[in-house]
Amino acid sequence: MSEKEKTTTAAEMVQVETIIGRILQVGVVLSAIVMGIGLVLLLATGDSGYAGDTVPLTMGAILLGSWQLKSYAIMMLGTYCLILTPVLRVVVSIYAFYKERDRLYVMITTLVLIILLIALLIGLTGK
Amino acid sequence: MIQTALIMIGVGIFAGIAGAILGIGGGMIITPILTLEMGLNIKYAIGASIIAVIATSSGSTIAYLRDNVLNLRVAMFLEIATTIGAIVGALLTGVLDPKYLYLLFGCLLVFSGWNMYRKLRRGQEVLQRVEPDKIASKLKLNGSYYDKAEMKTIDYQVENVPAGFSVMFGAGVASGLLGIGSGAFKVMAMDTFMKMPLKPSSSTSNLMMGVTAAASATVYFFNGSILPGVAVPMALGILGGAVIGSRIMQVLPARWIRVVFIPIILYIGIEMLMKGLGVHF
Repeated sequence: MSEKEKTTTAAEMVQVETIIGRILQVGVVLSAIVMGIGLVLLLATGDSGYAGDTVPLTMGAILLGSWQLKSYAIMMLGTYCLILTPVLRVVVSIYAFYKERDRLYVMITTLVLIILLIALLIGLTGK
Repeated sequence: MIQTALIMIGVGIFAGIAGAILGIGGGMIITPILTLEMGLNIKYAIGASIIAVIATSSGSTIAYLRDNVLNLRVAMFLEIATTIGAIVGALLTGVLDPKYLYLLFGCLLVFSGWNMYRKLRRGQEVLQRVEPDKIASKLKLNGSYYDKAEMKTIDYQVENVPAGFSVMFGAGVASGLLGIGSGAFKVMAMDTFMKMPLKPSSSTSNLMMGVTAAASATVYFFNGSILPGVAVPMALGILGGAVIGSRIMQVLPARWIRVVFIPIILYIGIEMLMKGLGVHF
């Protein structure tokens, strides 16, 4: 690899990483805010919004409960956002590599996303 | 309730700092505290530790991407191996006796600890070969990072890509089958097998950990393993801790990180060997 080629690749990489870093930051801050609101609400009211130790477990129940300002629902919503941040990272990486016209890594990263989605599907249906 | 929240935030900050610096998930720190100290059911402890892995990963990766410490191409390429491995591992549950996996990985970790000790004695972080590795060049894996402790940019080459890829596949199988974060294996694959310096290895492991964990986290999320009152304050603490840890790591000399890492990797290795041999203590 020539010296010039090497510096171009390095500079491109910094750009790619900056884009992914910014978007990841937005996702993390957002989930932290949602989780924080839920926690403050729980500590301030002492009420989870549900009977006993019940935790809302379906997306519908979580969204409905968040709308009704139930603290456990908001906390679960924030946690779910946090779980999605690594997936977001892979999706944004595909776009960033595409912008840098790095076809090989667009393919590699897309493959990772597909495998990840298969894993999510197996997880949802399997257990 | 406030007391639990405060304890979990504190535990989280500690686990976040340690995890971000070493490139391992918080599970090793979180699980014993939750089960032994707080008497929580193991199911909830596993749920909490998988959230811990994601929080550590996402919290620290922000700084590692911005400061250009990690190697994104290495991460994405090896992610193929870990995600496929994770699926294979999940499918093998009940088919393969975990005993053999514990033995294999126990041996690998002990070997890796010994190898890290030799690297430490030699006192040389980066080995420059005259002839760059063919596969690594083709995949554009060779990289560089700015070391804030040495205040210079360090170029490094990546070697033994097939070996690293295989260990990563194994790490994926282990996390799918044994339900462990396997950050230590990821650092080992990059540091010991692919001859990457420790800082890019640990920060790249941090990025990868979250992606591998996200797949299984959805399962735990919907099957009721997450206790919001425990997991949420812990996750918030970890996010804060990981942001701090990812800054500390960059100014620490790599030697110091290695000194902390060796006993941890040996401890996990020996514990796994014991489990594989069926010895309990």
